Amino acid sequence: MSVLVYTESEDGKFKKGALEAASYAKGIAEAMSTSLTAIVFNAEDTSELGKYGVDKVLSVSSDKLKNFNAEAYADAIKQAAEKESSKVVVLDQSANGKYIAPLVAVQLEAGYASNVVALPESTSPFQVKRTAFTNKAFNFTEISTEVKVVGLSKNAFGLKESEGAAASEAFEPQLSAEDFTVNVESVDKAKDKVTIADAEVVVSGGRGLKGPENWGMIEEMADILGAATACSKPVSDMGWRPHSEHVGQTGKPVASNLYIAVGISGAIQHLAGINAAKTKVVINNDPEAPFFKAADYGVVGDAFEIVPKLNEKLKEFKAKNA
Amino acid sequence: MKILVCISHVPDTTSKINFTEGDSKFDTNGVQFVINPNDEFGLTRAMWFKEKQGASVDIINVGGPETEPTLRKALAIGADTAIRINTIPTDGFQVAKELAKVAGEGNYDLIICGRESIDYNGGMVPGLLAGMLKANFINTCIGLEVEGVKATAIREIDGGKETLTASLPLVIGGQKGIVEESDLKIPNMRGIMQARKKPLNVVEPSGAEAATKAVKFEKPAPKGDVKLIDPENLDQLIDLLHNEAKVI
Ligand SMILES: Cc1cc2nc3c(=O)[nH]c(=O)nc-3n(C[C@H](O)[C@H](O)[C@H](O)COP(=O)(O)OP(=O)(O)OC[C@H]3O[C@@H](n4cnc5c(N)ncnc54)[C@H](O)[C@@H]3O)c2cc1C
Ligand SMILES: Nc1ncnc2c1ncn2[C@@H]1O[C@H](COP(=O)(O)O)[C@@H](O)[C@H]1O
Repeated sequence: MSVLVYTESEDGKFKKGALEAASYAKGIAEAMSTSLTAIVFNAEDTSELGKYGVDKVLSVSSDKLKNFNAEAYADAIKQAAEKESSKVVVLDQSANGKYIAPLVAVQLEAGYASNVVALPESTSPFQVKRTAFTNKAFNFTEISTEVKVVGLSKNAFGLKESEGAAASEAFEPQLSAEDFTVNVESVDKAKDKVTIADAEVVVSGGRGLKGPENWGMIEEMADILGAATACSKPVSDMGWRPHSEHVGQTGKPVASNLYIAVGISGAIQHLAGINAAKTKVVINNDPEAPFFKAADYGVVGDAFEIVPKLNEKLKEFKAKNA
Repeated sequence: MKILVCISHVPDTTSKINFTEGDSKFDTNGVQFVINPNDEFGLTRAMWFKEKQGASVDIINVGGPETEPTLRKALAIGADTAIRINTIPTDGFQVAKELAKVAGEGNYDLIICGRESIDYNGGMVPGLLAGMLKANFINTCIGLEVEGVKATAIREIDGGKETLTASLPLVIGGQKGIVEESDLKIPNMRGIMQARKKPLNVVEPSGAEAATKAVKFEKPAPKGDVKLIDPENLDQLIDLLHNEAKVI
């Protein structure tokens, strides 16, 4: 009755969220005195999972699953859970993880808790802490069904290495035509660009930057820090930046370690999307801007003077600490 | 085409979040409730299907009588009929089960939900509902076209988007992008007057059981004051980020 974790991979490589989910699931397995099994789809090398606590890997290789397919993945995960008699299934909360988790829950007649941020308070009864009200509060949720599905929030648990090796075995789920009734026709994804979802650092600009022509210094900072770029809603509404960069309540959530906000006032709807970021820095020329109440570090001043100077210093720092 | 739009009734974003009864219940005192923004985008898309393709649009909510003003607002935007399943929502499972019963009986071709309730943000109901109905499901939907029984949708993925096709019946979790914000409809006087006469059917619940229970709520520990750094001394910022916050 091992714990089962879905470890997402992309082009054969595991995503950080997947390794985090494995680290977390190992914690649950330990609390329940059992082992951890991972299910992977078309991953090249699964040995890395052993470092994060996985004891056994069920490895699915299938041309039919080359493209992500929520129904088929959910069906395969269900079959893996049955094979392993798993009582707990863990998924991370990437776009794909959020897509499949409720489908898995229905198939396993399991209760599902999303946005979980910590190991269970107790495993019997099974109680987890999750965010609620756009991170303005936490909610302790008890899952009462026999099988439980847990969605782990991004960057909430971190990576935890453990000793051991993962034994890999081929797994061939029985998939039927019904699993392939939603089909991906094309994927449009920027390569070699850090995404807001996966970034450790996010550098974000607001209306205070005056116009799209001034984003060079934001992109430069992002380059130096290996960060993703983001923006406030009016900035994307005015077409200064693409919609995919808009963060906040109606945009993307940010859960990075560091969020640097330049020329953003810190409206509640903006903050709602970045509450889960660990450290927040604000650069704004108005000391009364509400962002200063939400930030850890702040610089009061003109972004057009501060950001270029800061970029130079960050470059020196990176050169020294490379 | 028969469309059902699931409407969740959520506290306005600027609401103060407080709890009562030993931190076990959300304090609705002085809180203003609105249509969940993700549902408003979906509802507006449904109006487009109504105008351009002659679709019928019902809206549905699982909730007590206090949600009726929110449903009337959705009717004023242009939905034809409202259904309220008369029970207090306790978790995503119970809500999805109640919705699945009525939605299944109604033989809808397209069920539009929001990707998540913007304030409770569970992101559970749409997928659970689709699973229970054995209908096709597309989440984080930012574009949707329907021709006959074939739907073409655009889904937001981490770092990009993808185009998918599926046949109806289909459940989607929609969000901004399925229509643009500038297309959102504000109810006009005529809409509001008409909405008063539109049917709002109250259906008794089937008594679906929840699979999870909110035991208690907790607010995050108050944050310390911001540390202000002199713009002339940016080295200090780098030092703090490196040595104190350990994020660079
Ligand atoms: C239902 C709803 C949902 C919303 N969802 C979102 C959302 O998801 N995300 C979001 O971001 N917003 C959202 N908003 C909008 C939000 O309320 C704010 O209007 C928006 O966040 C403000 O963007 P801003 O901070 O870039 O612009 P402004 O509020 O105009 O702030 C610009 C800031 O730049 C500073 N500034 C000006 N010049 C300089 C300079 N030279 N150097 C440094 N600083 C300078 C100013 O002091 C000011 O604080 C939503 C609103 C509603 C009603
Ligand atoms: N009580 C409810 N009544 C009707 N629809 C709901 C209800 N709760 C959630 N939904 C729908 O499910 C979506 C996601 O909600 P949630 O799973 O609560 O984040 C919402 O955007 C609604 O479309």
